[in-house]
Amino acid sequence: MNDMAPTREQREAKLEGMGCKRKRVEDARFTQGKGNYVDDLKLPGMLHGDFVRSPHAHARVISINSEKALKVPGVLAVITAETLKTVNLSWMPTLAGDVQMVLADGKVLFQNQEVAFVVATDRYAADDGINAVEVEYEALPVVIDPFKAMDKDAPVLREDLVGKTSGAHGPRKHHNHIFEWTVGDKDLTDAAFRKADVTIKELISYHRTHPSPLETCQCVASFDKINGDLTIWGTFQAPHVIRTVVALIASLPEQKIHVISPDVGGGFGNKVGAYPGYICAAVASIVTGKPVKWVEDRIENLTATSFARDYHMTTEIAATKEGRVTGLRVHVLADHGAFDACADPSKWPAGFFNIVTGSYDFPTAHLSVDGIYTNKAPGGVAYRCSFRVTEAAYCIERGMDILAQKLGMDPAELRLKNFIKAEQFPYHSALGWEYDSGDYHTAMKMMMETVKYADLRKEQAAKREAFRRGETRDIMGLGVSFFTEIVGAGPSKNCDILGIAMFDSCEIRLHPTGAGIARVGSKSTGQGHETTWAQIIATEIGLPADNIKVEEGNTDTAPYGLGTYGSRSTPVAGAAIAMAARKIKAKAQMIAAYRLEVHEDDLEWDIDGFRVKGLPEKTMSMKDICWAAYNSVPPGMEPGLEAVSYYDPPNMTYPFGAYICVMDIDVDTGVYKVRRFYALDDCGTRINPMIIEGQVHGGLTEAFAIAMGQEIRYDETGNVVTGSFMDFFMPTAVETPHWETDFTVTPSPHHPIGAKGVGESPNVGGVPAFSNAVNDAFSFLGSTHIQMPHDFWRNWQAAKRLGAVG
Amino acid sequence: MIPGPFSYHRPSSVADAVKLLVSLGDEARPLAGGHSLIPMMKLRLATPEHLVDLHGIAGIKGVRRDGSTIVIGAMTTQHDLLASEMISKSLPILHETALVIADPQVRYRGTVGGNVANGDPGNDMPALMMTLGASYTLQGPGGTRSVVARDFYQGAYFTSLEPGEILTAIVIPAPASGHGYAYEKLKRKVGDYATAAAAVVLTMSGGKVATCAIGLTNLSETPLLAEEAAKIVIGTGLDEATLKKAAAAAEEIMSPAADGRGPIEYRKSVGGIMVMRALKRAAARAG
Repeated sequence: MNDMAPTREQREAKLEGMGCKRKRVEDARFTQGKGNYVDDLKLPGMLHGDFVRSPHAHARVISINSEKALKVPGVLAVITAETLKTVNLSWMPTLAGDVQMVLADGKVLFQNQEVAFVVATDRYAADDGINAVEVEYEALPVVIDPFKAMDKDAPVLREDLVGKTSGAHGPRKHHNHIFEWTVGDKDLTDAAFRKADVTIKELISYHRTHPSPLETCQCVASFDKINGDLTIWGTFQAPHVIRTVVALIASLPEQKIHVISPDVGGGFGNKVGAYPGYICAAVASIVTGKPVKWVEDRIENLTATSFARDYHMTTEIAATKEGRVTGLRVHVLADHGAFDACADPSKWPAGFFNIVTGSYDFPTAHLSVDGIYTNKAPGGVAYRCSFRVTEAAYCIERGMDILAQKLGMDPAELRLKNFIKAEQFPYHSALGWEYDSGDYHTAMKMMMETVKYADLRKEQAAKREAFRRGETRDIMGLGVSFFTEIVGAGPSKNCDILGIAMFDSCEIRLHPTGAGIARVGSKSTGQGHETTWAQIIATEIGLPADNIKVEEGNTDTAPYGLGTYGSRSTPVAGAAIAMAARKIKAKAQMIAAYRLEVHEDDLEWDIDGFRVKGLPEKTMSMKDICWAAYNSVPPGMEPGLEAVSYYDPPNMTYPFGAYICVMDIDVDTGVYKVRRFYALDDCGTRINPMIIEGQVHGGLTEAFAIAMGQEIRYDETGNVVTGSFMDFFMPTAVETPHWETDFTVTPSPHHPIGAKGVGESPNVGGVPAFSNAVNDAFSFLGSTHIQMPHDFWRNWQAAKRLGAVG
Repeated sequence: MIPGPFSYHRPSSVADAVKLLVSLGDEARPLAGGHSLIPMMKLRLATPEHLVDLHGIAGIKGVRRDGSTIVIGAMTTQHDLLASEMISKSLPILHETALVIADPQVRYRGTVGGNVANGDPGNDMPALMMTLGASYTLQGPGGTRSVVARDFYQGAYFTSLEPGEILTAIVIPAPASGHGYAYEKLKRKVGDYATAAAAVVLTMSGGKVATCAIGLTNLSETPLLAEEAAKIVIGTGLDEATLKKAAAAAEEIMSPAADGRGPIEYRKSVGGIMVMRALKRAAARAG
């Protein structure tokens, strides 16, 4: 009999717990076209809404005439700011403490701003309707260049703020100024610069781009006039936050509001905030008593719902002549567009940009950020990154390369010289963070050995000589990037959204047959939570992952959570899941002790159940405990086996990684070829290596797109010139390089399972690797810094400017 | 992104299609693959009241040999071109070009006739047809006529097509056996129009260029034939200096727009590079 018993390995494998390359359970439906997305929802009598949008970047709205539109067959209503004023919803609060027009109230402030909402019986009639609405505008002068926004005579953009000398984040120093945020020790930093042997100063811009998920933003709002219940299905990364926002602004009791995120086709930060479409659909449903659907098209998505980046970072580093960094000074001009609609934790107007000291032991640093208004779309969301961490990583990683160039040092060597050492963790950074764990030297050296870094440098030197001799028109660049992220927002002591602490939550309920359901406050938009959350539970409580159903996204059934963005799901929700599972395990232990007639302390955990210490044949499996929980619990104990946990993380987590990009550029055309890209990630404990690899592939592809051409660009009159996938670079499989992935494991010491989060690392670390590769390729021709994006024509321009093209 | 209202017609003969186009007038547009027209309609930049779908017409699809010419029916798709053995054998430059047009999905639907008749300077086939000395068969209320590709293009989206006329076939003189060819297209990504592209068809004799034609795509309001550049290379062995001279001559006639693909200066410069590369590759292929 004993020979037939499964081995320990077999028992473990059966669980498909943490560390297992478990296949994604979601994919059965996604790969067969059976996902259930918002636009799949069709309710009886459902109406469709669509926006009239502004062709102007800045204009006064003289009149809106809906007469002709209302005569279009199928058109039922045209909602304008005047309509919304009757319910006090013509403006809405943003997550960043600003207010934003829902529909143009007197003027428009960016091209494609929402002006009127046409409600019709079908999508076609709605589109005919918006083309029949007549809007008269009077064009106003525009502010497009952020560096001109605070000119003395710059046009006043936000008339609603005239006379307001302070905003949500302190004093405003100009009519187009939003906030100034400063961190660090100015005097000490200034002194470091005075004493420095070597300093660098460079304006490093991170251009405006857009998360552009495959599925655009959309919702269906349905108001039940009898019960007064409002249900909103939407593409929400944070459904509970949306419910609370609706409750606060619509004066509806929160229990009457039901927010549901069904399957969501990618978010990348685009689906965190609240958009006029949600408000208009809800108001239209309340007015008509029928469900109203709103679905963005691609142009609307790129031009009106949240952009990302647009940070202009004047970066200064002080160092000794031996290459020890002694100070960092950064000033950021942050272009927020027409409204400050950043989706940062409320107290952080520039997100966690103060992670800008990166992986290096800076004795002192000083940072100041000026947020400004321009005639561009609002937003400033974290596009696959923790709030402004991509910008910070790009800033310091480009800065370190520029410093290396000035010192005549190898960029990898300069990094190794300045890394925070493994024994320095937990490490307190000059700008106020406590890095939980890291081993940077090991990761960097592993990267350098794997790609044979020294050989690549030798090859580059030979290529440069050949180029100088006229034997080749290709130049070669090595892009080194060593990033440290700060993710998992966040501890209640410093992170909240609209006053709600950024905890997350999990509720696990086990059924008598050894199966169960876990409901979580996060919301997968493609990350595979249904797969990985079950793996955590499987390892924690010894039931197969296949037996655990994971449910997210319904505010009526899921415990309150702050949602999925900023790589917070694993650090926060993942911790809540482990903690809830441990509560269950504790109760299970009491049940097992009762059934095995021993004291609890005489039991020990063994893969999938408890066994009596010293008596390995006396065991009770978790499956049997589940059954017992419903019929024979110890006297005085409540039956059942369920638990809930709300997890307030004690600290952020700090994933890191060492990336390198090897690139060749043809100077005659500017065409680049990524010859090799190696990405080593350390995200602490790895839950599902296959999903991690997929996340890294996806994030690197986005990083590649951003660095090499993905841009939201405006012309001088405020027209978006990259408003479709024709001009907004969305790489296909043909353009996408091959990715090599690798890892080290440095667990987070404060996280219950040691996991740190990985989804955003490749975007954060990838962009500087690509940009450094381009800059490194051109550096021998006398270039210090070339701004992103590095598309073909800009590479050619750089080559021409540097005299490499005739 | 939803077109305005329109009526849909599906005639079964060219004559019926012509009749419809004549009777419906300016508000009617013929519909072939739809890859230019439908997106314009979705953006409401085009708002035809009538679409005359040419898919129901027999006999204007397919590739056939007619003496010393190859005749391509207007409704032949790019995919059909790629699948045609006759094209691969006799007009390999068409095969090479069709492969760099958009992506497989577009090529299944997009037609050669639509590509050449629409007058979009970004389309790849027009410059190729000029290079190959092709002519177009146009059928209209006044009967059937033939216009050579080199005279067909008058401005962006403006061609010799008269109201009511439909382009039904493309007639291409078969290039000499042993000819060299190349289509060099620089684009930002799969699916994009050319930043600059050059088509070259040439013959070599004793190591020197005997005949040569050079076409340019998306470097002006219309496709271009770089005649001066072609003249420069004839009789030469395509040494570096000649190539540069030819490129410079080609750049002389380019007048691209500045757009997301790059500023004018860049597009002209890479236009010259495409000419040089196409010449080199074509010469290497010539027998």
